[in-house]
Amino acid sequence: MSYIAKPKVSHPGMPRNKLGLTSRDYEGTVSTLCAGCGHDSITAAIIQAVFELGVEPHMLAKMSGIGCSSKTPAYFVSQAHGFNSVHGRMPSVTTGASAANRDLLYIGVSGDGDSLSIGIGQFVHAIRRNVNMCYVIENNGVYGLTKGQFSASADIGSKPKKGEANNQEPIDPVSTALSLGATYIARSFSGDKEQLIPLLKGALMHRGFALVDIVSPCVTFNDHEGSTKSYAHTRQFYHHVIDMDYVPPAEEIKAAYAKGDAMPIEMHDGSTIVFRKVDQDYDLTSRASAFKYLRERFHAGEISTGLLYLDESRAEMHELMGNIDTPLSQLPFEGLNPGNAELKKLQKGYR
Amino acid sequence: MPSVNISMKPTDTSNPEYFHKVVDCQWGCPAHTDVPAYIRMIAQGDFSAAYMENRKSNVFPGILGRVCDRPCEPACRRRRVEENPVAICRLKRVAADHRDDITDRLPKAPETSNGKKVALIGAGCASLTVANDLAPMGYEVTIFEALQTTGGLMRTNIPQFRLPPKVLDEEIGYILDMNVDLKLNHPIESLKSLLEENFDAVFVGTGAPRGKNLEIPGRYDSDRIHIGIDWLESVAFEHVKEIGKQVLIIGVGNTAMDCCRTSLRIGAENVKVMARKPREFFKASAWELEDAEEENVEILVNHSPQEFVIEGGKLVGMKFELMEYKVDENGGIDRGTVVGEKIIPCDDVVLAIGQDNAFPWIERDIGIEFNDWDCPLVDETTMMSGRKGVFFGGDSAFGPKNIIWAVEHGHQAAISIHRYCQGESIDDRLPYGLNLASQKMGMHEWSFSNYYDGASRRLMPHVDLKERFKKINIEVELGFTAEQAVQEVERCLNCDIQTVFKADLCIECDACIDICPVNCLTITKNGEEDELRTRLSAPAENHAQALYVSAELPHTGRVMIKDEDLCVHCSLCAERCPTGAWDMQKSTILVPYAKNEIPDNQSLPAAVSGS
Repeated sequence: MSYIAKPKVSHPGMPRNKLGLTSRDYEGTVSTLCAGCGHDSITAAIIQAVFELGVEPHMLAKMSGIGCSSKTPAYFVSQAHGFNSVHGRMPSVTTGASAANRDLLYIGVSGDGDSLSIGIGQFVHAIRRNVNMCYVIENNGVYGLTKGQFSASADIGSKPKKGEANNQEPIDPVSTALSLGATYIARSFSGDKEQLIPLLKGALMHRGFALVDIVSPCVTFNDHEGSTKSYAHTRQFYHHVIDMDYVPPAEEIKAAYAKGDAMPIEMHDGSTIVFRKVDQDYDLTSRASAFKYLRERFHAGEISTGLLYLDESRAEMHELMGNIDTPLSQLPFEGLNPGNAELKKLQKGYR
Repeated sequence: MPSVNISMKPTDTSNPEYFHKVVDCQWGCPAHTDVPAYIRMIAQGDFSAAYMENRKSNVFPGILGRVCDRPCEPACRRRRVEENPVAICRLKRVAADHRDDITDRLPKAPETSNGKKVALIGAGCASLTVANDLAPMGYEVTIFEALQTTGGLMRTNIPQFRLPPKVLDEEIGYILDMNVDLKLNHPIESLKSLLEENFDAVFVGTGAPRGKNLEIPGRYDSDRIHIGIDWLESVAFEHVKEIGKQVLIIGVGNTAMDCCRTSLRIGAENVKVMARKPREFFKASAWELEDAEEENVEILVNHSPQEFVIEGGKLVGMKFELMEYKVDENGGIDRGTVVGEKIIPCDDVVLAIGQDNAFPWIERDIGIEFNDWDCPLVDETTMMSGRKGVFFGGDSAFGPKNIIWAVEHGHQAAISIHRYCQGESIDDRLPYGLNLASQKMGMHEWSFSNYYDGASRRLMPHVDLKERFKKINIEVELGFTAEQAVQEVERCLNCDIQTVFKADLCIECDACIDICPVNCLTITKNGEEDELRTRLSAPAENHAQALYVSAELPHTGRVMIKDEDLCVHCSLCAERCPTGAWDMQKSTILVPYAKNEIPDNQSLPAAVSGS
């Protein structure tokens, strides 16, 4: 953390997005997390992603629960909406918010404790409902806020700063999401913005539940030798499976990819995701083969990263429920509450 | 990945030049004044220390705080992140104005001399600097001055309303008090005969005393046509006390600005400065033009002088050709086309079109060579002429420059004179040194004010326009108020507090990159400089500013690159670094002076190399 705020001065040659804003305009208050925390890099990547997408700040809603990760929405896009909920309850609050106003872009920022322990029930049901949101897990394998106890994502054999190594099976959010039917599943590393920023852009623009699980080293409690979520360990074992670029609607796909190597997939808003396979036999459209591959690589100690699964065909929550296009929050009272007579008429139909 | 041989090499920060260049003001100053250091001393209220820090390198802080050509200010980094530089020059004056009695901190002449005698010709800034450096070392210094007073052009050419005589007397007095033998009214008529006297070395600091003439019709038909620098001298010595109501100044350099403003104080009512070329080609400093225009001096461009109009033996006006110029895209100007003619009435004309060197008193057969402009051939490092033991400095060496250059010449000549008198090679000079010291005081505490203060440059308060013309010696600039000084010092970016990087500690967490307000940091694969500049966090288009390249980082083999161009030295990179790979360290450039040549006196601490 720092005692002085990031000065307002900026590089005169900074690029501007379609709204005429610079990335500085998407910043929040200065972080109070430990210096070197992976979460701060993720914050920087989110800032860059929403800047590049040209998101209007007032159309963004930042949702979070409790934990180091859940503090971070304060550190980006100060002008956006935000809700800091009870521990582990961010998915439910986001479900409700999205139900009331489907026009906003929802980004939930959670951690391995918030999502895989206290909030795992909420997490899996948000996936099952296919809530239209970008769900970020800042995954460091420890409870940093309570001084570094193992979390549910700690790997077997990972050593704490002091005491015994972990001997319980970890919960892997990626394979969990695969098994539950999530439609956009990615994993990345806070120290690899080149990969992370396009993944976040794709996740924000995806229609439905988009999970981005990000290894984010806890520089204070889990960055030592023997830890499997340290900077050094992650760099040694992480592996790009599928690289991707996000191409906004109406923008030409650059011919930088060799034919056969790159594969464009169109998204619902007209934008395109262009894949480059690093592992040629990986199929990111097959849940079963993805699951098999990832489990194998996981047991080999490898950290598989990139866009790991994508399904643009499945309906999201509002479509599943057959809701009207207009956000409920914009309907007049009479529209939301047609009155006693209408209710009676409805009940009569069920008798 | 590019092959290793075209990749950039890790920056050698142990070379003093690297961090010296980052301190743009200090690098831009001919005398290498440690500007950020003295500004911090002012911020701490220690004006005397700030004064002494200045005096160490520039010798005349009170004088230069008013009239320096301030090459530091155009160089100031602040100009690259916003419009105006820090008011470095006027802060120097703040230090001088508010200092306590510092006489006991000044160098003193030792009780016994070292037996070596040095003659200094001219009592201007160059000679005085030589005296300042050599007298405390035991040299017997004699200054020969043709006029009845000291200071050279600082007194004769710079008007009193810009530089009060009291300031001159005080700072020159500090030097004369070091047992310097001053001989006023003592022009040297022959260098040859001076060389026959018993001096071990001779230094010539006689300036460029000959004002340029304008040989056009009518030049010698009136006594109301004056040579600028001679006329200013006559005004300074009160030989001239008035001028006509309508005055034309020919030329648009700094001397012209002094001439027009002086005219207004001794009777002129309407003063026009006549420029041959458009405004962007003016030689005068922007601030001197501003000060003249504030006094309602009119500056007319594109007027080329043709003749003096004399009627009945009296100067009545001056004829000009009206010019038009073409300026090409590189800023070059053509010879111009005449598009008309105009006579402008006047009572007096002052010629301020430059000045030349003149050495009628130096014989041409004593081993000193001269070029076509009557400039002696002088070694730019040692300041020695072709005649061994004869040194030059200031305007007399290479033609008109400015006071701060003359001071630097004096320092260099003093080193040479010392080595020469001791029988050592004058080419074998002490190198520059570098000290680096961490400024970290605690978790979030630095020894300096690291926050970027967005305040704009303070405006110098001036004496009221009517009030200032009542007497010729009313100093126009009042100096910064306490509030202004407090605000202005905070504008300094502390460029001497360097961001120093240790590659082996870096875990590549990106914290520094994310927090940097001006996007000057990047971790990337190494490459060739021009190509590398295209893939940094922000455009790095200022090639005059270096890229600081680290050794390979331990995790990935990439390198940390810092574009020095816009760094505001806010320390956030170091504050956010979990491993202390970044640190903020004060770089002190150890500039060698003559006194450092004496081993007992060697105040140069051992250089600590950065990594």
